[in-house]
Amino acid sequence: MTRVVVDVMLKPEILDPQGQAILGALGRLGRSGVASVRQGKHFEIELDGEADPAALAQVEELAANFLSNPVIEDFIVTVGAS
Amino acid sequence: MTVSVGVVTFPGSLDDRDALRAIAAAGAEPISLWHKDPSLHGVDAVVLPGGFSYGDYLRCGAIARFSPVMDLIIAGARDGLPVLGICNGFQVLCEAHLLPGALMRNARLHFTCVDQALSIENAETAWTNGYAQGSRVVIPIKNGEGRFVASSSTLDQLEAEGRVVARYVGASAPHTSPARANPNGSMRDIAGITNERGNVVGLMPHPEHAIDPLTGPSSDGLTFFTSIVKALIAA
Amino acid sequence: MTIDSVSHAASTPDVVLPFAALGLKDDEYARIVEILGRRPTLCELAMYSVMWSEHCSYKSSKRHLKQFAERIPLQAKDILLVGMGENAGVVDVGEGFAVTFKAESHNHPSYVEPYQGAATGVGGIVRDILTMGARPVAVMDSLRFGPADAADTLRVLPGVVAGIGGYGNCLGLPNIGGEIVFDPSYLGNPLVNALAVGVVRTDGIKLATAPGPGNKVVLFGARTGGDGIGGASVLASATFEAEGVRKRPSVQVGDPFAEKVLIECCLEIFAADLVAGIQDLGAAGLSCATSELASAGTGGMRIVLDTVPLRDPTLAPEEILMSESQERMCAVVEPSKIPAFMEICAKWDVTATVIGEVTGGDRLDIYWRDELVVSVPPRTVAHEGPVYDRPLSRPVDLDALRADDPVLLPRPRSSSELLETLLRLVASPNLADKSWVTNQYDRYVMGNTTLAMPDDAGMIRVDDSTNLGLALALDGNGRYTRLDPYFGAQLALCEAYRNVAASGAVPLAITDCLNFGSPEDPEVMWQFTEAIRGIADGCVALGIPVTGGNVSFYNQTGSTPINPTPVIGVLGVISDVRLRRSIAFDSDDEQIFLLGTTREEFGGSEWAHVAHGHLGGRPPIVDFNAEIALAGVLHEATGVISAAHDLSDGGLAQALVESCLRGGRGARITLPADVDPFVALFSESAARAVVAVPADRVDQLLALAAAHGVPLVALGSTGGETLDITGQFTVDVAALRTAATGTFAALFG
Repeated sequence: MTRVVVDVMLKPEILDPQGQAILGALGRLGRSGVASVRQGKHFEIELDGEADPAALAQVEELAANFLSNPVIEDFIVTVGAS
Repeated sequence: MTVSVGVVTFPGSLDDRDALRAIAAAGAEPISLWHKDPSLHGVDAVVLPGGFSYGDYLRCGAIARFSPVMDLIIAGARDGLPVLGICNGFQVLCEAHLLPGALMRNARLHFTCVDQALSIENAETAWTNGYAQGSRVVIPIKNGEGRFVASSSTLDQLEAEGRVVARYVGASAPHTSPARANPNGSMRDIAGITNERGNVVGLMPHPEHAIDPLTGPSSDGLTFFTSIVKALIAA
Repeated sequence: MTIDSVSHAASTPDVVLPFAALGLKDDEYARIVEILGRRPTLCELAMYSVMWSEHCSYKSSKRHLKQFAERIPLQAKDILLVGMGENAGVVDVGEGFAVTFKAESHNHPSYVEPYQGAATGVGGIVRDILTMGARPVAVMDSLRFGPADAADTLRVLPGVVAGIGGYGNCLGLPNIGGEIVFDPSYLGNPLVNALAVGVVRTDGIKLATAPGPGNKVVLFGARTGGDGIGGASVLASATFEAEGVRKRPSVQVGDPFAEKVLIECCLEIFAADLVAGIQDLGAAGLSCATSELASAGTGGMRIVLDTVPLRDPTLAPEEILMSESQERMCAVVEPSKIPAFMEICAKWDVTATVIGEVTGGDRLDIYWRDELVVSVPPRTVAHEGPVYDRPLSRPVDLDALRADDPVLLPRPRSSSELLETLLRLVASPNLADKSWVTNQYDRYVMGNTTLAMPDDAGMIRVDDSTNLGLALALDGNGRYTRLDPYFGAQLALCEAYRNVAASGAVPLAITDCLNFGSPEDPEVMWQFTEAIRGIADGCVALGIPVTGGNVSFYNQTGSTPINPTPVIGVLGVISDVRLRRSIAFDSDDEQIFLLGTTREEFGGSEWAHVAHGHLGGRPPIVDFNAEIALAGVLHEATGVISAAHDLSDGGLAQALVESCLRGGRGARITLPADVDPFVALFSESAARAVVAVPADRVDQLLALAAAHGVPLVALGSTGGETLDITGQFTVDVAALRTAATGTFAALFG
């Protein structure tokens, strides 16, 4: 079994109120030196076999059409340990 | 001729029964459509109701959009089938790319249920022809992910083509606090849009909850449903 | 590894089991040994420890709660279809409809994890309603926190509200009312009491029973994981120490989507008449469901624990038995109906597994890896737990507390002082506008809501095929109860009763959620027994029965208990929802009347609390005859009065302000000449209401009041943009709205 990770983040130009709320909370917790926080999603997918080109293409397609919303989100696929 | 309007039930749909009730109140025959059933049973129009299909997991409407019944609805919509997506239904329509843009978490992060004042800005769609252009109505809005976002060019196009169907103009009930014009931070205060053809409408507020002052803030929402009856009879 | 089977236990009598760590006392363990004739197995120990915990067995409260079942008012016997002892009570409301409703607490979990604690509280009470065969149709909640500006309140309140909304909204249940109260007494011990109500046809009621040998036992819903292991017995039966939580709980996590599909699945199963008995899995999970079903059935049951679908394959059998994973139900199904049952579950993608069957014997036998790990008489687990007779003693500080009469406190005299007091009270957290909270709840889903917050009661149409309606009010008052547990509990009952009557409905039955400190404290037990006695006496006086409820003990940190806080939910019926009234002054030039008698009563009042941080004296007098007479007027005044608002916290001033704000207009008021203005405005005498009447119906109201012996006084009329108190002050309605609505926004963002 091979693990493939898909990380999904909002496109940079999209307002992220959850990230902003977290940033605000950091301030209230007395943490300084943090300029910004953006919140995303992290998917861990265990493939039955190896992460060969065909399998990876499938994951890319899954990431592009299902795990992320291309209108507002970007994604990155990483093979191996998360 | 009896007009029939289908309402899809996905796992987690909540306002399907209310939509069926509104359709009956408007004089059409309400038909329940099951998400797994690859048939539209000859309905003349479809409503995708409000709720939390699949618990809003992954993204609102992201899983429902791949249901067997949606394949038929997407194909039908491209052929002119009138489709109204309410709240979660609007989210499904955007995920299915029948409408542009996306619905995201409310700007202030909280789920918000208020009686919302709207202006109806396109009274020519299949679902709004019964309103006078620019009329002010009060219809409940209740969602946590109702912020409409789209690229500037998409927004400009929507405005230029008159495809903004409804816009937020203020909370109405004197007891809610504090009154806010835009309850969720939607860009350009957009509450609802339509496609180029005018047969597919997505709306965040819930007209099915404003069909009777007994159970809602007004009966202003009934016209969405009487409009489709009118449009179908005329067609 | 040796499985601790029954035979292994019988052959190793000297093995010492960690019963104390699981919350069992020496004598309780000895009793288990006596029942079984040997030491218990680990699994049996787990079952007895969770089921004999305070939370599950009610061992400290049982002997006192009996009064509710023993003293059912005569008038109520016909309408009570299912009384105490079942998952929820059921009353007949007419037209072939029955209503089941209940309130339940989830206090400690909400302190630990506010969102999930509150969410799973909603989930649990909704399942209690579902398991009676009913479609859940509405929820309410009563919340209590420490001071509004305390750091811990900021941590807990938003999470609790988000959890209630997140779970209830996703289930598609309208939230139609409730209360939020802040008091230092609840700091570190928030109270989250959730109420749910459901509707069923009178011939469709389901019970938790396991009849007929050969019937199958089916576990369906979510998979079982490590949620809340030991949560019930360990968490709810232990107080919180100042240094931190004494025992580490596994927090239950809820999935409202799973519960929504479970509800739809169950309702289809009920409609197809596929279950002989059904029980939801709440506290103590499978231990509770199997032992209670078996107890109420023909007596025997056989379960194969290996068949339980697991989310976590590493769980030991005793953990499976104690797990409190949410969204699970257990049904007893005739073998011939199993295929149809499974088909419905498959339609909704609900996992369903036959885990055992009803047997002809009298034991609950549970197998794991082909070994018998539990063999118990089910009644000893579910119903014959210890019953304590805890010592009682009247609090030693009570006399001094009562002697500290608020009449001695400095009070506002001048008009400007009265206005300043009004604005201060209106903006105080307990009285301020709660929209910040209530706008996070869906009030419209299901399309049958005809009244919701901020009106006195929530009201829903039973079904869209009829105009029959249900009204619900949920009220408590910890300060009154601290001053006098007997009368304080009765005042909570009266307030909820009065709220239902104000909406136009007739009160029918009650549920109660009793929140108290440690039962090991004799002063707390005295408060508890006095409160129960008060409620039982009150129910007889008002003619409405207790149908069921919940006790939450151990609400304290260290040795200081919370104020004793019985919360009462009253259910009422209205023959036609179109006849309902809100609290709003909706039209200009209507006449405003005050019904009832005003006395100088400030013990435990909002004024004493806000202006002086004072709690002392006696709570207002309870007069059931006056409450019944007032309710009679309010009921018969249907079609005569256009608005009604009961008086409670904050007295007349608060009621007038709320009715003005709700209706969006002012009022011109002249206070009664024979009452001191401060008393007239802020006293909290009970059995009172404010009504608005069209001018041409005033005579009818006067006649009704006279017929029922309810004193009334004309106060003035509606209209304008100010609240004008003749001879005292005039304040803009807009200024009142700013004062009322600014508080929560400022506190919680």
